[in-house]
Amino acid sequence: MGWENLLLGFGIALQPHNLAVAVLGITLGTIIGVLPGLGGANGVAILLPLTFSMHPNSAIILLTSLYWGALFGGAITSILFNIPGEPWSVATTFDGYPMARQGRGGEALTAAFTSSFVGALFAVILITLFAPLLAEIALKFGPPEFFAIQLLTFSSFIGLGGGNPIKSLVSILIGFILACAGLDIVTGQLRLTFGITELMKGFDFIVAVIGLFGIGEILLSVEEGLSFRGVHARINPKVVWQTWKTLPRYYRTFIRSAFIGFWMGFKPGGATPASFMSYAFAKRFSRNPERFGKGAIEGVVAPETAAHAAGSAALLPMITLGIPGSPTAAVMLGGLIIWGLQPGPMLFQEKPDFVWGLIASMYTGNVIGVAMVLAFVPFFAAILRIPFSILTPLIVAVCAVGSYAVHDSMIDIWYMLLFGVIGYVFKKLDYPLAPLVLALVLGDLAENALRQSLIMSQGSLLILFQRPISGVISVVALLFFALPVINPYIRRARAGKPTVEVSTPHDG
Amino acid sequence: MRTADLTTALVLMAGGVLVIWDSLRLGIGWSSDGPQSGFFPFWLAVVLIASCAAIAWQAGRRGRGRPFLTRAQLKPVLTTLLPSAGFVVLTQFIGLYVASALFMGFYMRWIGRYGWIPIVLISVLFPVVTFVVFETWFLVPMPKGPLEAWLGY
Repeated sequence: MGWENLLLGFGIALQPHNLAVAVLGITLGTIIGVLPGLGGANGVAILLPLTFSMHPNSAIILLTSLYWGALFGGAITSILFNIPGEPWSVATTFDGYPMARQGRGGEALTAAFTSSFVGALFAVILITLFAPLLAEIALKFGPPEFFAIQLLTFSSFIGLGGGNPIKSLVSILIGFILACAGLDIVTGQLRLTFGITELMKGFDFIVAVIGLFGIGEILLSVEEGLSFRGVHARINPKVVWQTWKTLPRYYRTFIRSAFIGFWMGFKPGGATPASFMSYAFAKRFSRNPERFGKGAIEGVVAPETAAHAAGSAALLPMITLGIPGSPTAAVMLGGLIIWGLQPGPMLFQEKPDFVWGLIASMYTGNVIGVAMVLAFVPFFAAILRIPFSILTPLIVAVCAVGSYAVHDSMIDIWYMLLFGVIGYVFKKLDYPLAPLVLALVLGDLAENALRQSLIMSQGSLLILFQRPISGVISVVALLFFALPVINPYIRRARAGKPTVEVSTPHDG
Repeated sequence: MRTADLTTALVLMAGGVLVIWDSLRLGIGWSSDGPQSGFFPFWLAVVLIASCAAIAWQAGRRGRGRPFLTRAQLKPVLTTLLPSAGFVVLTQFIGLYVASALFMGFYMRWIGRYGWIPIVLISVLFPVVTFVVFETWFLVPMPKGPLEAWLGY
């Protein structure tokens, strides 16, 4: 670790055309975040084909900027329209929307954007410090360690994701089974194709992301009727300045939420529980908790800081281990592979300009992002006033464009439609979608790691527990798997003692 | 909700049986070069079937609950899903650009009841912008049909 690496990164991120790429990415990302049915993950997936002809350094800056933009955009719809654009924005609506109704929309938006910025900045500083260390440790990892980390990834969806743990497990299994379909690269045999040639290519997770999150979400949102109603908000330098003057008062909320966000975020599925948890903590430690839910500014600060810290932290395992922490990070990982880079710890040594350019762009992207959203809120909010009958076919068509572009294949548009229906049904029945997508992405990696581990041990699964690092990780993973079973007993043992009420819907 | 939960679990279990059948064909044991191709999917499918059985059992014990979809909700969902499916079918035959124009025009007329001028403007604008951005700037081709062939692309 040295400052020269970070300086090298800034040298790349501050090149004029990369700054232009960041501005473009944030604009498109915010639009995507505001639009119903399009969010971080599928927005990044749809625009991924545009990066095929770009230099990888600029391409990753475009995708991460889209991601920041989508995170900011989610706050706009939550506060002005009471529609959480993303699952981790749900907690922002609790106090953001009441503030907007009281005519304090500008204040709420300023607080939300500033908190997002602080949360992201905190996480990015920690990433800068820890990413090189983690990558160095990861260089010593063998197949058992990588398989153990995968176990940990999926066990945390089951143990910490909330919701029905069996349904989370089913989502994971479906993802892994879909990943098996097609050519088995190790033995050269065709699996699960049943003699159908089209199935040979398997299922691309990018298409699954577009269908599950894009089309599925559209079907869900039309269910509630075909229009939106929002609150108008004025935002001008005076409001921004006055809000900024009050914000330092909540420094405790900021620090606490940033830590919760980072801690939850580098584990998968963390952003949503992080936002709820930090809202609950802010309420519990507040001097006037009765104001929460009626327009308390801390109720906006807490979830936004945590969600952005978590959203940024999700990129840490992606760049250091090659294991994404969220569906959006998974799409970026897919991008890395398409641009010809090998994700994983070696990236720090082989492509330092790429990694440090990415890290530096997290700083520049967030600075540009917060300035842009503060300046152009009315423009972004106006997007939701486009009539539904234009937006709906537009989004479906954009999803089709993105699905086709991944492999220039018509069958992918059919898969998109199919995944859309599956996404809609699963969402209604509370099957979480994020673990399905991650399992589909990681399927091949997980299977190969398991195969190689089993070859090393001549068929014994105990190898996962015999090596020190993989042993510790596997034990923690088993603990998470068992958590839904043990939890009722822990709760009974603790009964009587007051606990912080944390509700954690899964997904995200 | 209960019926939908049970149906989904049963469909997934049937899928699991298919996966097991194919895995047995590939071999689920150990060969000279490590686990055989069917090993991983076989165990995934076994756990899948067991989990779906548990979900079905949970759902069976619960009451009927609120319906999966009310009649009032069904209509807007179908009015979005069916035209979208039609759009995909059209794309297969006449290319994405013409199909998206027809789809947008149809939806705006049917749901939005717009006049013909905005309909023509927007439904032509979208494919043109997509064409310029994807096909010419970023060199990403889209499915094309007879109209594009006639125009020389």
